[in-house]
Amino acid sequence: MEKESLDKLKERARRIRLQTVKSLGEAGSGHPGGSLSLVDILTVLYFQVMHIDPKDPSWEDRDRFVLSKGHAAPALYATLAEAGFFPKEELLTLRKLGSRLQGHPDRKRTPGVEMSTGSLGQGLSVANGIALAGKLDGKDYRVYVTLGDGECEEGQVWEAAMTSVHRKLDNLTAFVDNNMLQIDGNVEDIKSLRNIGARFQVFGWNVIEIDGHNMPEIAAAIELAKATKGKPTMIIAHTIKGKGVSYMENALDWHGAAPNAELTQKAMGELEGDVRG
Amino acid sequence: MAKKMATRDAYGNALVKLGETNRNVVVLDADLSKSTRTSKFAEKFPERFFQMGVAEQDMMGTAAGLAVSGKIPFASSFAIFATGRAFEQIRNSIGYPELNVKIAATHGGISVGEDGASHQAIEDIGLMRMIPGMTVIVPADAVEAEKAVFAAVEHQGPVYMRFGRSAVPVIFDDSYDFKIGKAVVLKDGSDVTIVANGLMVEPALTAYELLKDKGISARLINVHTIKPLDVETIVSAAKETGAIVTAEEHTVVGGLGSAVCEALSENYPVPVRMIGIRDRFGQSGSPEELFREYEMTPEHIAEAALDIVKKKSKLRG
Ligand SMILES: Cc1ncc(C[n+]2csc(CCOP(=O)(O)OP(=O)(O)O)c2C)c(N)n1
Ligand SMILES: [Mg+2]
Repeated sequence: MEKESLDKLKERARRIRLQTVKSLGEAGSGHPGGSLSLVDILTVLYFQVMHIDPKDPSWEDRDRFVLSKGHAAPALYATLAEAGFFPKEELLTLRKLGSRLQGHPDRKRTPGVEMSTGSLGQGLSVANGIALAGKLDGKDYRVYVTLGDGECEEGQVWEAAMTSVHRKLDNLTAFVDNNMLQIDGNVEDIKSLRNIGARFQVFGWNVIEIDGHNMPEIAAAIELAKATKGKPTMIIAHTIKGKGVSYMENALDWHGAAPNAELTQKAMGELEGDVRG
Repeated sequence: MAKKMATRDAYGNALVKLGETNRNVVVLDADLSKSTRTSKFAEKFPERFFQMGVAEQDMMGTAAGLAVSGKIPFASSFAIFATGRAFEQIRNSIGYPELNVKIAATHGGISVGEDGASHQAIEDIGLMRMIPGMTVIVPADAVEAEKAVFAAVEHQGPVYMRFGRSAVPVIFDDSYDFKIGKAVVLKDGSDVTIVANGLMVEPALTAYELLKDKGISARLINVHTIKPLDVETIVSAAKETGAIVTAEEHTVVGGLGSAVCEALSENYPVPVRMIGIRDRFGQSGSPEELFREYEMTPEHIAEAALDIVKKKSKLRG
């Protein structure tokens, strides 16, 4: 995929946020906070980094993406639509009966969705399996996976973290969307993951910490990951839950509640006005 | 005396054969490869064997990822850990996305023996049967086990296979015809039908002889595939013999007996007696002792059959 200018990427991220909020408003339920915190990472992945072909979602040599924190599906769907996997109008069917856009990702229904997720803690294992198959087949594709910080309280994440290192999966790059919030409160209060980067480092990962809303930083970290041989890379992306919508930013209540019509309009107004690019 | 072999040994051997013919077959294990017999495959094809450590949930997820990329993963552990510890991973990361993962669990049922209840899966078939689209197979002997493994590879979609720990008589020969979802009528009869699978098929064969000595003509059906269930063969047996005894090495809640009752009550209700474990856990003991303790011997099957034949004639008046 052609590298895009920073301005163009920012414009895409803005549109993806707008579509995310719009589709959530239309659906009347869903998870805005953790969707919005992930948008800049998704934008860099899909429009700067990953080799994909929206016309041929199952192209053998494509790079693979697993949304382990499956509740951020609205952001993934908006990104896939922006990339041309399916029409943007379809985003308004989110969570509706018969829709290809299920509440959580369903690989059987949605073009571009690599793996069904939604039950937290499972995506890194799956990404490991995909990366292992790539090595076995001598393929050059790379595998990307995004975890939530709260998700890292799941034991399976750490089983998988050992596997990635043990198998030297340098074709795998993982992100923690480190927005410091989960459902019941701050991650710090619920069950602290303090120094989450250090924890992965002790497990043997190449760990990079970045500002998860700074696209050049995201892209640079991914380049570093690509250049790192013999071990997987974990990018701890410091993010703001609800990023881009003033009343949702760092607000616990917007983890799993969709905005009503009025608040959807307000959010869309903010994002439309956001011509900082 | 008939040749004896554990179905897990047949599984291990079948994997090696598959490894030679099918490049896409990969095998995962969670620190039990010597017991599950996947170690044979590991020795021959180390690059296609993934030792996952004591981490069953991670193993199922990794198997799912391998299947996403076109591999045919066999994921093995003891039945209790494969289906119990990793149930939700199987359900959400394998079943729901309909991935081509073969879950090959050994040490099913009480025939595990001395290790006791913690290692005796008596709920695995129920758990797996409840997952939409999951195929569930319980082979009766080494021949059937090998054929089941080959059939599972040809089948597109998730499969659960349950193998046993202990050596059991080989009852079939190479000409035995195995098709997923097709029950096998081993003995024809008209008074009562015994529906069995797994390690209960052999005792059911003995029960058939015991009944014959008493003048009862029993039909014996091996329902190796619990899902999809061969409803037609079971319903015909109900129509033609009017009474059914089920025999399974599993709790009677949710296993073969339940599946048969579901099919009968929707299609053609007849009296049923279930032989299996009745709301108890297993315990330590030799397999033979345990089959006696849990009332799962040929004599128990035959008794149940005699009992139900009486009940049937009473019902008819
Ligand atoms: C196994 C499992 N347990 C519970 C949930 C319910 N749940 C959905 S999101 C969430 C909190 C996740 O927090 P985090 O990973 O930090 O996500 P983010 O902040 O990025 O939204 C929980 C507990 C789930 N989806 N899966
Ligand atoms: Mg969070």
